Amino acid sequence: MKVDHLLKQTCEWLMGTGPNSDIVMSSRVRLARNIEATPFSHWATKKQEKESLAMLEEATLNVDLMKNSLYVLVAQLDDVDKQFLIERHLISREHILRPEFKSVVVGDKEVISVMINEEDHLRIQVMQSGFNLQECWRIADRLDDALHKKVKFAYSAEWGYLTACPTNTGTGLRASVMLHLPALVMTKQISKVLQAITKLGMTARGLYGEGTEAEGNFFQISNQVTLGSAEEDVIDNLERIIRQVIGHEENARKTLMKQNREMLQDKIWRSNGTLRSAHIINTKETLSLLSMVRLGVDMGLIDDIDRRAVNELFILTQPAHLQKIEGRLLSSAQRDVKRANLIRRRLEGK
Amino acid sequence: MLCDECGKNKATVHLTEIVNEQITKLNLCEACAKEKGSDVEQHFGIADLLSALSDVETAPETPGAPAPKNKCSRCGLTYEDFKKVGRLGCSECYMAFKASLTPLLKRIHGSNQHVGKAPDPQLLKEVQATSKIHEELEAVKLELQKAVKKEEFEEAAALRDKIKFLEKKLKEGHKTHHES
Repeated sequence: MKVDHLLKQTCEWLMGTGPNSDIVMSSRVRLARNIEATPFSHWATKKQEKESLAMLEEATLNVDLMKNSLYVLVAQLDDVDKQFLIERHLISREHILRPEFKSVVVGDKEVISVMINEEDHLRIQVMQSGFNLQECWRIADRLDDALHKKVKFAYSAEWGYLTACPTNTGTGLRASVMLHLPALVMTKQISKVLQAITKLGMTARGLYGEGTEAEGNFFQISNQVTLGSAEEDVIDNLERIIRQVIGHEENARKTLMKQNREMLQDKIWRSNGTLRSAHIINTKETLSLLSMVRLGVDMGLIDDIDRRAVNELFILTQPAHLQKIEGRLLSSAQRDVKRANLIRRRLEGK
Repeated sequence: MLCDECGKNKATVHLTEIVNEQITKLNLCEACAKEKGSDVEQHFGIADLLSALSDVETAPETPGAPAPKNKCSRCGLTYEDFKKVGRLGCSECYMAFKASLTPLLKRIHGSNQHVGKAPDPQLLKEVQATSKIHEELEAVKLELQKAVKKEEFEEAAALRDKIKFLEKKLKEGHKTHHES
């Protein structure tokens, strides 16, 4: 399988299915693991990095769960393909900075991706549509067990799984949920909600993780602490908080419908109209208008397009995706035209 | 130099941003910099934060006293290196810098004791058994190369059989793991 094949499929996390998928875009669990007594990537010599890569490549590709997976050496990718994998959330932005001896194994339907030689030797990621952290954890746990049979991971009874950065030590687990919260943003309650989340030991970030803006009203909420609580408890805790946030968003949507129905409908239909008529559009405007269209679909106001189609547009309209679809490099101005074309076609169901 | 944004005031804030390998330089006056503040990504990394947290710990009790020489015997990383990059060098560093990391981990996580998943000791035994076979396999492969060079073909044939046997053993090992 090649990187190009991914373009033809919808990744699991964009399916728009699963519990609470009107508000929760996707759930994700990440585990950090390292080979015992072997230098972490940033501190390793080239020879050591090469050896770690060979060992982990062999181990990962031979696990049953990773059959039919796509294996990619980052150094062999061109810039567009690198960006393409980032846009699909299969690799991190950090993973392409020093590409030598780094790779990624992408499992069936892009549910699992394993980054080799990132900050930690192994970064196991499992993604699901909707509010489904339990399933993510079950899969990650199984894959971790399978890898355990082949690699001796760095672990201490006192501090758990040992990682390059002490902020991940312990379970090495980061569970996160991508939430679409347009009504909380519109009713100006979002900063209060995010502040409360932070106080409870959780982190909120934008669509593309660390240091990104909350574009398209998407917020990624994840656990902060990895030492001192068992995986199930961390996930349970996060789930309780997310359920509260979902409740607040639902209420805000109801309130808007009741008290500001015209304003809400105007916003949604104007956004829909602009997307269906624009001939030039940039990423930022696309994200904010698509957010309104998604809200319209989720609230039953727009019924001629489904959630999955809107979700796909969030990714297909990103710069590298547009260039992969066109099969050539495009300038920013050319992309704005192609983006508008693609959106018009897709929203008309073509 | 005048501010790139308003073109009126003197630029006192100079920002360099690298986005997609393209360098953009911004020269702003203080008022515009403040206004633009939300757009400009703050380059304040984990290393800064960690070093702030660990400074308290490693500050010598008496001013001027030399800091303890700390170096991981496995990978050679010093505690100073760690403070600079915010990353440890290898898993052994956790032992080498235990005294400094104990309070640091407590500050970050509010805990010093792992709770949760632990590697199954049974699985570890299997790893060790597999890695022994791997080691043997590598050694036999080397012998085979030597034998071929010396044109000792009988020896080479025997070694080839041994490689086949070891590879089969490894494969069977994988299979039994999957079934369990």
